[in-house]
Amino acid sequence: MAGPLRLPGNPDVRVRLRALSLVAPLVIFVGVTFVAPLGTMLMRSVYDPVVADALPKTLALLSDWDANELPSEAIFATLAEEIKHASSERTIGRVAGRINRVQGGFRGLVTRTERELRTTGQGTWREIMISVDSLWADAATWHAIKVTGERYTARHYWNALDMQILSDGSIARQPEERRIYLRLFLRTLMVSGLITLLCLLLGYPVAHFIADSPPRQGNLLLILVLIPFWTSLLVRTTSWIVLLQNQGVLNDLFVALGLIGEDGRLSMIYNMTGTIIAMTHVLLPFMVLPLYSVMRGIPATHMNAAASLGATPLQAFLRVYWPQSLPGVGAGALLVFILAIGYYITPALVGGSDGQLISNMIAYHMQTSLNWGLAAALGGVLLVGVLILYMVYERLIGIDRIGLR
Amino acid sequence: MLLNREHTSSTILKDAGKLDQVPAHVQFRGVSKTYDGQIKVVKDFDLNIHTGEFVTLLGPSGSGKTTILMMLAGFQAPSSGEILLEGRPIHDLPARKRGIGMVFQNYALFPHMTVGANLSFPLEVRGMNSLERKERVLRALKLVRLDGLSDRKPGQLSGGQQQRVAIARALVFEPSLVLMDEPLGALDRSLREEMQYEIRRIHRSLDVTIVYVTHDQQEAMVMSDRIAVLRDGMIDQIEVPEGLYEAPTSAFVARFIGESNQLHGHVSAMFEQDNVCEVDTGGEMIRALKVSPCHVGDQVTLSIRPERVKMNPESGRYTNEISATVEDLTFLGDQLRIRLATCGRDDFLATIPNVVGHGGLVEGDAVRIGWTVVDCRVLNYEQP
Repeated sequence: MAGPLRLPGNPDVRVRLRALSLVAPLVIFVGVTFVAPLGTMLMRSVYDPVVADALPKTLALLSDWDANELPSEAIFATLAEEIKHASSERTIGRVAGRINRVQGGFRGLVTRTERELRTTGQGTWREIMISVDSLWADAATWHAIKVTGERYTARHYWNALDMQILSDGSIARQPEERRIYLRLFLRTLMVSGLITLLCLLLGYPVAHFIADSPPRQGNLLLILVLIPFWTSLLVRTTSWIVLLQNQGVLNDLFVALGLIGEDGRLSMIYNMTGTIIAMTHVLLPFMVLPLYSVMRGIPATHMNAAASLGATPLQAFLRVYWPQSLPGVGAGALLVFILAIGYYITPALVGGSDGQLISNMIAYHMQTSLNWGLAAALGGVLLVGVLILYMVYERLIGIDRIGLR
Repeated sequence: MLLNREHTSSTILKDAGKLDQVPAHVQFRGVSKTYDGQIKVVKDFDLNIHTGEFVTLLGPSGSGKTTILMMLAGFQAPSSGEILLEGRPIHDLPARKRGIGMVFQNYALFPHMTVGANLSFPLEVRGMNSLERKERVLRALKLVRLDGLSDRKPGQLSGGQQQRVAIARALVFEPSLVLMDEPLGALDRSLREEMQYEIRRIHRSLDVTIVYVTHDQQEAMVMSDRIAVLRDGMIDQIEVPEGLYEAPTSAFVARFIGESNQLHGHVSAMFEQDNVCEVDTGGEMIRALKVSPCHVGDQVTLSIRPERVKMNPESGRYTNEISATVEDLTFLGDQLRIRLATCGRDDFLATIPNVVGHGGLVEGDAVRIGWTVVDCRVLNYEQP
């Protein structure tokens, strides 16, 4: 009845299919480049098969082990066997590294044990191994093997929250000197909040001025706001170094003006001050643009109307202009805050040691300590934090009122 | 017979004269406004507006009418001259202290506030207590017949309702002067007519002076006590509506208020103590009422309203009788509009009340048309 190219089904379905086929490239692209890596990474925060794959039999036996006494000879024998096997497979290094994160010194222990196992000694495996290192007689060592042997684990998350799993399986806070992440999260939140506030204070008048200008001037000003946007992030950040460093432009100027002495030069970079200044600058357009787009929609006659009704300029602003600009404030603040919370390059370049944020710690675990599970867990905590903020925002202001029209 | 219409305009003029006895509420004295220092959008503007009067500034776009309103409201400052409110100069009084109600072109209702909050706003900033505010808001809503809509947001209202809210808000703090800047421009035609009568009713029920700006002459006719026709920043003519229609003093006003046929020619003779001119319009000699000083030989423009043109009159009944050809007939329901070719042009209009069968007229008919001397006015020559 129909031509050969006609799709089956009713026309509505076909129209929808055709529309879907246009969206498909983007859906696939987002899936491949965003959802999949993100999913894989988050998976790493709860899934770690390295130890489980290398020491399956030992772990099976350990599951019945009473943590209060030394493991049986059979467990020692199986572990010795599996260490030898892993050694020949060249996976022993990774396994030892994993366990080492829970139990310090395990890497050296394995290396020494492995060397000794090559020359078959006298006695039971238990005696041989304990003679190599008395750590084998320590229940904590076996506990560490058991804990890292779990394929699916929450320990990275506990770790990210400055908690640890004790040998009896209970959860406790890390000792004082090892609590770093919560403080870093808190610092990141506070710095991001401060940067958002600074961006709002600096960006609000600018956005209002641009929105109030005649179109031609407004466009020019908007381009001025956007130019930094088009400049490389690295260039912008390093130019802050030129301005703010000890022998930099600002300090030279202050000294020349006699505001500060030669030995009283301000340290404005390679610390938190530097991070805040540079990040505020970098993120400012993200505040100005949503504000501008909302403010442009507020008719200029509203302020005139308020004045004709007897309002002072302050009353008119607080009662008429500010409430109408709130969706822009919300959008800009949310955008800047979320970007700031995950910002990496700027603090890395100008933050020094005390200007580092949580992203820099994540990068450290990704690149230096190679503890991807912990890095992923820290990222996961960050993600959850952002989602909570988003929900709070939704409750307070309503996400549909966000001003990105 | 010749001047049988004269009494109508003179009564109107006498009424207008009476208004001059009342003390002026608003006075413009030689007000000029320029934005670039060269082009004056308002030129030496003089106007007295009386207490309780409804004055419309009527003019095409660019005639400076909105600028005049903005200067009165306090949103723009005159470049020179002064504006007096109840006898006091107001140039250094900011808009918020002038106590003038204003209805804006696009209402300028605050979209994030309810209708009640919008109305309450001017009372709040005046520090009025909540009980009195509530009462005033209710009264204002009742005045514009929007009782019960106090809790709606402006976005939930129709255009006409928003308009009523805007008017109520401009009145709620009981200003003695209310300005309206083309407030009905955004409404459709039937709603616009309804609102015209509504505004007129409100004006009559309150003792308030209204200055209204529009480019719609019908709107101005319906509501105004006086209409100031503006052209190029100056008043061309200010008059009560009927006077403006019956006795335009310029070809511009004649064209702008209602419809008008305009013929150009030279004065060839004067009659009746020089009150009537005979004008040669290129073959046809037409007698018309003199309005402004003119002499034999002057180039002038004649203005005749289409409804005053009679088709095929009894011979000798009208002073002016000329022949014409029917070019086009348009049926407009209540009237028939006839386009005629005469005096060297083909856009001469006549309208007659609708009669069955188009009064026996068909296109191409040769007809006689006629009109009285008083229905035809001699105006200063104006380039068509």
